[in-house]
Amino acid sequence: MLAALGPNHRHRQDHTMTERLKEINIEVFRYLPEHDDEPHFETYKVPFADNTSVLEGLQYIKDHLDGSLAFRWSCRMAICGSCGKMVNGAPQLSCRTFLRDYYPGKVRIEPLDHFPVERDLIVDQSDFLRKLEGIKPYLHSVKPRAIADGPHHQTPAELAEYEQFSQCINCLLCYAACPQYGLDNEFTGPGVLALLHRYNADSRDAAKAERMQVVNAEQGVWGCTLVGYCSEVCPKGVDPALAVNRNKICSTKDYFLRFLTPRGTRV
Amino acid sequence: MHKRSNEPVFWSLFGAGGVVAALLMPALVFVTGIAGPLGLLGDGALSYERVLGFVGSVFGKLFLILVISLTFWHACHRIYHSSHDLGIRVRRGRLALLFYGFAAFGTVLTVIVVAGIG
Amino acid sequence: MTRRKPYVRSMDRWWLRNSFFTRYMIREATSVFLGLYTIVLLIGLVALSLGEASYERWLATMAHPAFIGFHIVVLAAACYHTYTWFGVSPKAMPSVRIGNAPLTPALIIRGQYLALAIITLVVLVAVASGET
Repeated sequence: MLAALGPNHRHRQDHTMTERLKEINIEVFRYLPEHDDEPHFETYKVPFADNTSVLEGLQYIKDHLDGSLAFRWSCRMAICGSCGKMVNGAPQLSCRTFLRDYYPGKVRIEPLDHFPVERDLIVDQSDFLRKLEGIKPYLHSVKPRAIADGPHHQTPAELAEYEQFSQCINCLLCYAACPQYGLDNEFTGPGVLALLHRYNADSRDAAKAERMQVVNAEQGVWGCTLVGYCSEVCPKGVDPALAVNRNKICSTKDYFLRFLTPRGTRV
Repeated sequence: MHKRSNEPVFWSLFGAGGVVAALLMPALVFVTGIAGPLGLLGDGALSYERVLGFVGSVFGKLFLILVISLTFWHACHRIYHSSHDLGIRVRRGRLALLFYGFAAFGTVLTVIVVAGIG
Repeated sequence: MTRRKPYVRSMDRWWLRNSFFTRYMIREATSVFLGLYTIVLLIGLVALSLGEASYERWLATMAHPAFIGFHIVVLAAACYHTYTWFGVSPKAMPSVRIGNAPLTPALIIRGQYLALAIITLVVLVAVASGET
């Protein structure tokens, strides 16, 4: 019976319980490229309970108030990385941000900062994806391993070198938190550099020299001025600022030591 | 494809200056800018003979040359990058020459002045 | 033909959008005051190299209320520089291990404040005691 009500069952129920629910104003950034030249804001009154997330608030708007609203989401449990938005000016996963925390004020929702807006809350991620591909975000073995070689062992200390950076879910909150990326999108940016470090710091990987070319460039770690907000907003506890700034040291060593070591022996 | 940046040179000087400034500037500014001129450190704390004696020593010379020149490199590097933060996108090369040129000039001037004292 | 028309938002006055960014810009601005102070100090050294009369003139100028005010602002900027520099330094140094345990950021920061306290004390005692 409940299943037959479909995915909107919860919201319908909310609707009948409106007297018992509080209402909050959600201001949403709207941009419809077919007829808008400039974005504008529209305000919607949304009923919410203690456990209503900002994402559910947007879903309520789409289901009940304005079906034309466009936004990305998938898992609703902070692991897919699809539903990032600016919530009252701060980059957030809208599924783990709750309307109760903004009440009785209003909630202002915008697409993630520093990316071009395709439509409403949807940004164009292609620049990030191109950069991510560019760092070869996978393990390169020194030589191919046969199954007979068995697993590639790592000590707990070797794992600790990269473990936190492997938690990245590509949600782009750190890019929306990075003014240097906003000012100049040639900058490789926090997320991709953190993932680059994740592979470079892995004892099983053999492609560090190749990735160091990305690190060493003006658009690599040197585009960073350690604002540090990227690490504050990461929903998975990754510290991109740490990865970027440790690599400034790597790059500096690489810069000066190349004069001392014979060609080809450098790692 | 990826052109290597020369930033490590300037970043190292910036970092060294940042450390020196973080550890020394609060004390130094207080002594030479507030307590010294107001006479809070006792009579003649910054008297001509005394300061001349300090700058005349090898330690004093090295101390002043390092503190002043590295702080110049630190400040010029930060101001250059701040100009980018403030939205100045054109003539970056000329701005870099201006700021790092100033730091280099300040370094040479400090060495000449300090070396010539005592 | 594409019907896409991506909208690019402006970065105008981005540093006012978020208090984190505002604090960052204040942190960067401390360098202006550190630079100006260093210029004043260098002028003092030039005055010193020119002889006692010019040095005394520089010292008297430093006692002018305007310069005392300037140095109070510089001191505040220097302290903020120290505070922010220590705060981010654990991110900008290689990972250090003592035995098996990594040196924690909190420990690195506390160590730097200890160094600051010792250095400040040494400078103050040296200047006040008259043994340089």
